Amino acid sequence: MSDYNAPIDEMLFVMEEVAGLGDLVQMERFGELSPELVAAVLEEAGKLAGGVVAPLNRQGDVEGARLENGVVRTPTGFREAYRQFVEGGWNGVPFPVEHGGQGLPWLVSTALSEMWASANLSFSLCPLLTQGAIDLLQAHGSEAQKEMFLPRMISGEWTGTMNLTEPQAGSDVGALRTRAERNGDHYLIRGQKIFITYGEHDFTDNIIHMVLARTPDAPPGIRGISLFVVPKVLVESDGRLGARNDVRVASLEHKLGIHASPTCVMSYGDDTGAVGYLIGEEGRGIEYMFTMMNNARLGVGLEGVAIAERAYQQAVAFARERIQGRDALSGDEAPVPIIRHPDVRRMLLSIRADTEATRALAYYVAAAMDRARGAQSDVERQRWQQRVDLLIPVVKAFSTDVGVDAASTALQVHGGMGFIEETGAAQHYRDARIAPIYEGTNGIQALDLLGRKTLRDKGAALQALIAEIEVDASAGIGSGNPHIRTIHERLGEAATALARAGRSLIERRQGADVLAGATPFLRLVGLATTGWLLGRGAVAAARLLDEGGDKQALFEAKLQTARFYAEQRLVMAEPLSRVVADAGATVADFAEEYF
Amino acid sequence: MKVLVPVKRVIDYNVKIRVKPDGSGVETQNVKMSMNPFDEISIEEAVRMKEKGVAEEVIAVSMGPQQCQETLRTALAMGADRGIHVKTDDVLEPLAVAKMLKAIAEKEQPQMIIVGKQAIDDDCNQTGQMTAALLGWSQATFASVIELGEGTAKVTREIDGGLETVDIKLPAVVTSDLRLNEPRYASLPNIMKAKKKPIEEMDPASLGVDTTPRVKTLKVSEPPKRQGGVKVESVQELVSKLVNEAKVI
Repeated sequence: MSDYNAPIDEMLFVMEEVAGLGDLVQMERFGELSPELVAAVLEEAGKLAGGVVAPLNRQGDVEGARLENGVVRTPTGFREAYRQFVEGGWNGVPFPVEHGGQGLPWLVSTALSEMWASANLSFSLCPLLTQGAIDLLQAHGSEAQKEMFLPRMISGEWTGTMNLTEPQAGSDVGALRTRAERNGDHYLIRGQKIFITYGEHDFTDNIIHMVLARTPDAPPGIRGISLFVVPKVLVESDGRLGARNDVRVASLEHKLGIHASPTCVMSYGDDTGAVGYLIGEEGRGIEYMFTMMNNARLGVGLEGVAIAERAYQQAVAFARERIQGRDALSGDEAPVPIIRHPDVRRMLLSIRADTEATRALAYYVAAAMDRARGAQSDVERQRWQQRVDLLIPVVKAFSTDVGVDAASTALQVHGGMGFIEETGAAQHYRDARIAPIYEGTNGIQALDLLGRKTLRDKGAALQALIAEIEVDASAGIGSGNPHIRTIHERLGEAATALARAGRSLIERRQGADVLAGATPFLRLVGLATTGWLLGRGAVAAARLLDEGGDKQALFEAKLQTARFYAEQRLVMAEPLSRVVADAGATVADFAEEYF
Repeated sequence: MKVLVPVKRVIDYNVKIRVKPDGSGVETQNVKMSMNPFDEISIEEAVRMKEKGVAEEVIAVSMGPQQCQETLRTALAMGADRGIHVKTDDVLEPLAVAKMLKAIAEKEQPQMIIVGKQAIDDDCNQTGQMTAALLGWSQATFASVIELGEGTAKVTREIDGGLETVDIKLPAVVTSDLRLNEPRYASLPNIMKAKKKPIEEMDPASLGVDTTPRVKTLKVSEPPKRQGGVKVESVQELVSKLVNEAKVI
């Protein structure tokens, strides 16, 4: 079993020096929040994550969630850990104080979510889904619905789920068939939903399902879809739990990873019809879903960061202990720990750099959400919202791809032992694999970035980002510090490559060759943006090194890691831009029958 | 009644200790620091007394550099009511700590001081005993159960042969052992509230205590590396080696 130690110094560094925690704590709505208080919060959360949640990870993988006579049993210890998690007040971090939340910035909540996901990805999914359901109710629920559900969901007494997918309606959610018929003050829901995370479990007395369904006379496609809240157990007007609703788990999926998270097939209305309450107006379900999409996609992107961090910690621990081979340079005969071998170091540093890069991106975007919400003017709000919208698909796809790569490389560090399940490295690899798939596949994310976020505004949001990167790159190239200089030389080249790729896509606008370039384009945006943010961190680290203080090793490592990233990753921007510009046609032209 | 709990900032128990190259001590730069685990147990016990209604106030005390305030905040987040920080960059030995605790106890008048049985950095296991002696209070060390009576306490002690139960008069110094309780994780609302709880600052001089070390450290070194073992063929050979080479029997 491997330990998890929350990288608190690194998290605080990114929050303060890259994401701008200092600006956020100034905002009036965050009251007396200070960086010191945030540090204390992370410290205590890290104890719970490392001491309670993380030790269940391996056992959860082995045992898995089980369905017994219609009841889902989570693995040993999960229920108790959930109780501790909820009692500690960790469920309601970003939500308003008046509903029982803690009213903390999304940036803080994001760092905490990373900890839970690193500690135990399967466990962390339950609060993540509840968070999505809370977002929806908060934004679109009626006052009565909010009063009935929100306080107990924010406290964690009840959990929430998202019900979109059906067997014939995956990425194309408009193809869903679940029906909703009006019946007095409520609707009766009938249909089947699949891939419902924590659709049933033994943590709480009630589960609040958010369900997309069609009303009888609704138009086809996404405009005919409405959103309903369907509690597992009906809630009386006085708040007490009443009758069991007509919704049940039909089966659990057998999956590659996240075994401890029950992935349910949910059956609505087998008998009389499940009682559901319409949220907002009919026909606007998809539109409402979009309001929570950014948060959900940030949350999943963060899973990539989290699993990379966990895999890294395990690989470093192994590389320090595993004695094998001799030091290639010293000629000494004594066998050495494998961390002395340059290729092993390359692997470890790759994981570390990719983890730090995607963490910087995720935290930056979380802080941008806080900035958009707390903006003093419309111009400022639009500016930050535009940045969030542009980068959300990048956080989701780029970071989750990194998560899989990192877990794979970490497994490789273990050699043959990595392939053995008892070692635990394999679990991270299997668990990481879901993140590029769910919450909109990474292919869908790339199309979102290309179509909605880049072509629609003729590259305006992209151009604003590139302009900022270029300003920083020019400034950094003039630095007297050789690390800073190199980082920003590579960054300047990456910005040029990105601008060229963007122009090429905007000029061509449509066609299969453009669409085939979506994924390499997203990768390119991800590289340039993460390289930029690591550069920002490197500049801060250099400054802090000069100032002295007691975290010299952290700053030195930040600087060197950023340089590694510039030299080994940012240099890929130029070839990627050529892929975007030139290589789509082959994909477009290859005849279907040749496959 | 009031309960006073000293909390020490030490190298985190997860950290692998490294000796400084010059042998003057152990490396504390860039090293994660936390509350001494036995002190966490002491805080937990005091907070439980408060939750049961037998204690009115829990005061946490920490002595050392500015960062000790972080340790105090942890104690406050676990449920202590206020903190006292005796700020000093001096190296503090148990005797100096005990003298300062005595001065604070005389001012605060607690009925009980719960001290961790030892700190995991120097493993001295002296502060509680010295404090009791200086104050002239009863003491019960290595507690695994504390039951409060009227002006008395029944304390179960972990001793070599098993458990010993003693009745002591209050005020008293009790030192906590590992099995006294399992400390809680601080909740998020309590971490937020802890920020508003007061921490009073003072220094050794204001308590009238001279902290000059009485013990001189000559050298700190790593434990000797474990030598490779040998396989013995027979019991006779084992005994002969134990007698002649190891000279342990």
